[in-house]
Amino acid sequence: MRRLYADLHLCPNINDPKHVSALINKASELGYRLIAIPLPPNCTDQEIRQIQKLCAEARVDFASRIDLKPRTPNELLSNLRRIRRKFEIVSVLCDSKNVSRQAAKDRRVDLLNFPPTDFRNRFFDMAEAELASNSVATLEIDMKLLLTLEGPTRTRLLSVLRKEAGIAEGFHLPIVLSSGASNEILLRKPVEMAALASLFDLSKESALEAVSKNPVAIVKRNREKLSPQFVAPGIRVVRKGKDC
Amino acid sequence: MALAIDSGVVFDSREFMDAVWGAVGKLYGEYGASKSGLTMIDYDAEQGFAVIRVSLVAIDMARAALASMTRIGNKPIAVHVVSVSGTIKALYDKTKR
Repeated sequence: MRRLYADLHLCPNINDPKHVSALINKASELGYRLIAIPLPPNCTDQEIRQIQKLCAEARVDFASRIDLKPRTPNELLSNLRRIRRKFEIVSVLCDSKNVSRQAAKDRRVDLLNFPPTDFRNRFFDMAEAELASNSVATLEIDMKLLLTLEGPTRTRLLSVLRKEAGIAEGFHLPIVLSSGASNEILLRKPVEMAALASLFDLSKESALEAVSKNPVAIVKRNREKLSPQFVAPGIRVVRKGKDC
Repeated sequence: MALAIDSGVVFDSREFMDAVWGAVGKLYGEYGASKSGLTMIDYDAEQGFAVIRVSLVAIDMARAALASMTRIGNKPIAVHVVSVSGTIKALYDKTKR
């Protein structure tokens, strides 16, 4: 069966429809069939519909996403309470240990993202992986920095990513590879993303799952939860009426 | 390996090949690059199309290095692998050229 490839982190300037359209078309041309774009918390339904329309024209499925950057665990909880049902994907940028731990154990968080170049504030360790593996959170790795950084900083990033990918695999925690691209030049084909992941020792099969099976599973699970038929995990309304 | 060069600028084959060698060298060092057996077979600057030969054992290495290329000189660029094949004839058949 053909894989369905997804990039859950396209970062166009959403106030510029031309830019959004160019990035979506490029993603479609490179073989992605599902994309997600981070939206502001106060975005309107009209804005979302406009992006959905652009995606439909490019024959790509669109998932709405929000990137949370809470400073405290309480702020994270309050944000999640407010926005969880508005967006299909919730990502948390974990730049403190407390926030990382809270995000890892909260079942409303889909993606754990860590500060890309602030290596001291990357709290993805074994404790974090264990918490995340008991909930539904997934480790997200943005490939943009592998392309833009050079020299010792890239070497350091590769070393950190190798360690984190190893920990995640050890705890059977899924990994999602995203582009984090803000322009077309930084977009790569899914197979090329997998090739880049070999730089931090992710096996080819795991890397391909990280651009296909893992992101698609997150969106599928959340769409099911957000549908009006959903009652609880494993329970959904099949039919309503007097004859039931 | 058939490659598509995504850039608004036209580069000559020398510039392109130097950039490919540079990318492989940066990621894998001179020792790794020496194992890759990179050779330019065909280059169409106008169409942004290139065919390069790569040693079989270095295919994954070359894929990663090509994906890591973001500029030639100061000009932004992206290189995408269009197709990979064991023979040049089959490669041209696959890419319909």
